[in-house]
Amino acid sequence: MVSSDVRNKYKVTIGIECHVQLKTKSKLFSGADNDAKVASPNTLVNHIDFGLPGALPVVNKEAIHLASRAAFALGTQPQLFSKFDRKHYFYPDLPMGYQITQFDLPIVVGGGVAIEVGGEKLVIGVTRAHLEADAGKSIHPPGKDYTLVDLNRAGTPLLEIVSEPDMHSPEEAKAYVQELYLLMKYADVSEANLYYGNMRFDVNVSVSQTDELGTRTETKNLNSFRSVEKAAEYEINRQIELLEKGNTIAQETRGWGEAKQKTLSQRGKEEAHDYRYMPDPDLPPVTLSPEYIDSVKQEMPLMPGQWRDLLEPLGLTFDQIESLIEAEVDHTSISYLSLLKNDLQNKDQVIGTANMMINTEIPLRREGNLPEISGEQRARIYNELDDLLQAKQLSSTAAKSLLGDLLAATDTPEDIKAFAEGKGYIQISDSNEITNFVKSVIADNPKAVEELKAGETKVIGFLVGQVMKLSKGKANPGLAQDLIKQELGL
Amino acid sequence: MSQWLPIEEIAEKVRSGELKAVDLVNMALKTIEDKNEYNAIISTTKDRALQRAQQIDSGEKKGRLVGVPFIAKDNFLAFGAETTAGSNMLKGFVAPYQATAIEKLEAEGAICVAKANLDAFAHGSSTENSDFGVTHNPYDKTRVAGGSSGGSAAAVVLDMAPFALGSDTGGSIRLPASFCGCVGYKPTYGLVSRSGVVAMASSLDVIGPLARTVEDTALILDVLAGRDELDSTTIDRDPESYTILAPAKNLKIGVIKEYMGEGLDDGVKNQIEVSIAKLRNSGAEIIEISLPSLPLSLAVYYIICPAEVSSNLSRYDGVRYGHTDKSAKTVEENYIKSRGQGFGAENKRRIIIGTHVLSSGYYDAYYKTAQTVRTKLINEFNEAFKTVDFLIGPVTPNTAFEIGSHHNEPMLDYLTDIMTVAANLVGIPAISLPIGSVNGLPVGLQLMGKQHSDRQLLALAKQTEELSK
Repeated sequence: MVSSDVRNKYKVTIGIECHVQLKTKSKLFSGADNDAKVASPNTLVNHIDFGLPGALPVVNKEAIHLASRAAFALGTQPQLFSKFDRKHYFYPDLPMGYQITQFDLPIVVGGGVAIEVGGEKLVIGVTRAHLEADAGKSIHPPGKDYTLVDLNRAGTPLLEIVSEPDMHSPEEAKAYVQELYLLMKYADVSEANLYYGNMRFDVNVSVSQTDELGTRTETKNLNSFRSVEKAAEYEINRQIELLEKGNTIAQETRGWGEAKQKTLSQRGKEEAHDYRYMPDPDLPPVTLSPEYIDSVKQEMPLMPGQWRDLLEPLGLTFDQIESLIEAEVDHTSISYLSLLKNDLQNKDQVIGTANMMINTEIPLRREGNLPEISGEQRARIYNELDDLLQAKQLSSTAAKSLLGDLLAATDTPEDIKAFAEGKGYIQISDSNEITNFVKSVIADNPKAVEELKAGETKVIGFLVGQVMKLSKGKANPGLAQDLIKQELGL
Repeated sequence: MSQWLPIEEIAEKVRSGELKAVDLVNMALKTIEDKNEYNAIISTTKDRALQRAQQIDSGEKKGRLVGVPFIAKDNFLAFGAETTAGSNMLKGFVAPYQATAIEKLEAEGAICVAKANLDAFAHGSSTENSDFGVTHNPYDKTRVAGGSSGGSAAAVVLDMAPFALGSDTGGSIRLPASFCGCVGYKPTYGLVSRSGVVAMASSLDVIGPLARTVEDTALILDVLAGRDELDSTTIDRDPESYTILAPAKNLKIGVIKEYMGEGLDDGVKNQIEVSIAKLRNSGAEIIEISLPSLPLSLAVYYIICPAEVSSNLSRYDGVRYGHTDKSAKTVEENYIKSRGQGFGAENKRRIIIGTHVLSSGYYDAYYKTAQTVRTKLINEFNEAFKTVDFLIGPVTPNTAFEIGSHHNEPMLDYLTDIMTVAANLVGIPAISLPIGSVNGLPVGLQLMGKQHSDRQLLALAKQTEELSK
């Protein structure tokens, strides 16, 4: 680990390439099923994916649609004209001997991703994003002299998003990939399941003491936000240590060793391929009409940045907003943000409701087991909870439990208050009833009453506790306290 | 005289019960067997063909081509026999799906009876590059049938079937049609689906029929033409039937200056001029047209074509199907051995040229420049078609050459294509029409039209055919 003094001498530059697997039904150039998660090897393969003689690729319009949505998510719009090219190399999991990709005219050019790190807002530029077909999977069984090939993934549509070298710390790199994840989820273009490799990151890192960029290394195939941050951190330290010792950095591809938390050299520049790119003559260029582009624009949902702008004025904190924005992508049918923004009956309720979501609903949903519920019923639950809280008929603890019970119900009860009463959540706010409890507590605890009268104010908590105990937890504790004071003439 | 009636009549007689599909298939198979010495055929689909014929005879006799036997070049994926593309690389390969062209013909009741010989992967102008032996010219067995669809052309002329399918990347339908003396048609690029045809150079490849008459040719094109969702480069067909061959009036026909000069055999030139004179006498206006970039077309072709070939042949890697050297111990050794053994010399030559012109540092000098000249050529043809309706000229400078005479001289072979490659580079329809002979060897006339003028071009071909009777 280099000291911060040494570290501060160097300017760090990071650029990230991200492969996003698009959630199309079928593959980029064939009708075979695109969902390879649980399928047996080589069962989602047709004559195109297998590279049979005479098989021709036909572009999947839905992939173009999703790439167009991604363009808007990245703050730009899709290109009117883009085309597909062939990238040649031989490998057993690449059936045609070339990958179909977009070389010089990709579907997305430009754009940017807004991030916030340590209270500082910045925009990471996007150079381009292009469509390409994934290769199959090679499996090398340990100790065997053969390799197995699974072509289920061959032909899966990928959108490769290439950032500008605009990041200067591992934290910024992490924030960028996290935001990219949210953008892809909000734009609904990818399952974005990192466990299944739906998003994979290649991190380019260089360090330099001058304005000229240093030699970069590329750490490939990272599949978590944390590994992006850790790999960048590791590479920065490794490169600075080498330079401090008077060595040079080799331009190379590296891999991330999760077990050792280290990057490892994979192949050098001298082994770089000549991919012999050429326009794919089997595929006409992709031309999008301005009308089509406009229709995609119209259908776009709100992006995280837009939600932040809408929620900030409602008084929510940065952390609250981020918690909600992250949780929003957990379920397709459950929205926290639009409920807060659109379905609450009064404005003062926003912060309380947001806290109930963050503290109760979101954790419960993440545990699973909650049944389906309509947006209307959810809105009604939060609004009626607020009514009961405003009327002081619910304690905050009871509100939490009641919310949990309501969300767990297969059918939301018609009369929520009656349901709450049935469950014993409604607190007693009738003064006469509580006064009776207060009177017997005063009578039963003369010593405490004396102390309180003598000025030991914190003893009141004990007395309120006794009232709660006597009322089986149903007395409104605030009211109980007021009545104790009143009874004792304090 | 041919043993086959016009295709439309055959189908009519099968429908009426006057002819039996089984007899027609047997007639084709017998002729194939009798004329085996020409080596026009790689394999027959005998069992499947007879089965289909029996089904037709005993069932509904539907379709415009019902009961009509045909022969497909062996780079069409078809059921009932192996699909070899004329190469050891695909020896033993059994197609799990059929080419769209085959499917369309079968849907109209036609019956594929055999797979025709070709230069391996369609690389060649003589069928001498076939790994299954050379095809002999029906008019002189010491001469080539042309290529790469040599087997298809010879089969039609040898009367093995009423028509055959071929593919044309730089003249591979027209050249053998010219050498063997049948009609060979290269449609507008994209008019016929390439799906299921072993790709040579995707931006140049077209599928087309070889037949005895323009009428038969037009009927087959009418069945084949149109968009195919399996081939994104296909285009909309003419809404009218391609079989409507009414002659147009006041035609302007351009004689291509660059094709009529140096290098053209006197006998061939004479035949072409006779045809031109007949067209003039029948009322067409004949104009000399110059296409200045035409002399560059062969150079452009032999950059773009190998580039695409090198890419399209990458899939033959000995991993999933086709020839594999099982002794290979590593992936790299497998590639070197399987590809080294499976591909022939001409395949390798084109792979090497294509790989070179696409390499970084050479791409701009070769491939990009060639594409620029290709665009210029397209513009010149477009310009010419503002002045004239059709272009006319020879198919090839000479009649069929002797087997072996181009041995070890690939340039001589490439030069055979000098008058045919332009139509592929430009994507326009072109036809080779038998108009006579020189020293007993057939001579073909080439007619070209602008893109999408297939119907009008066939009408002119029909008119020319009648004039040369």
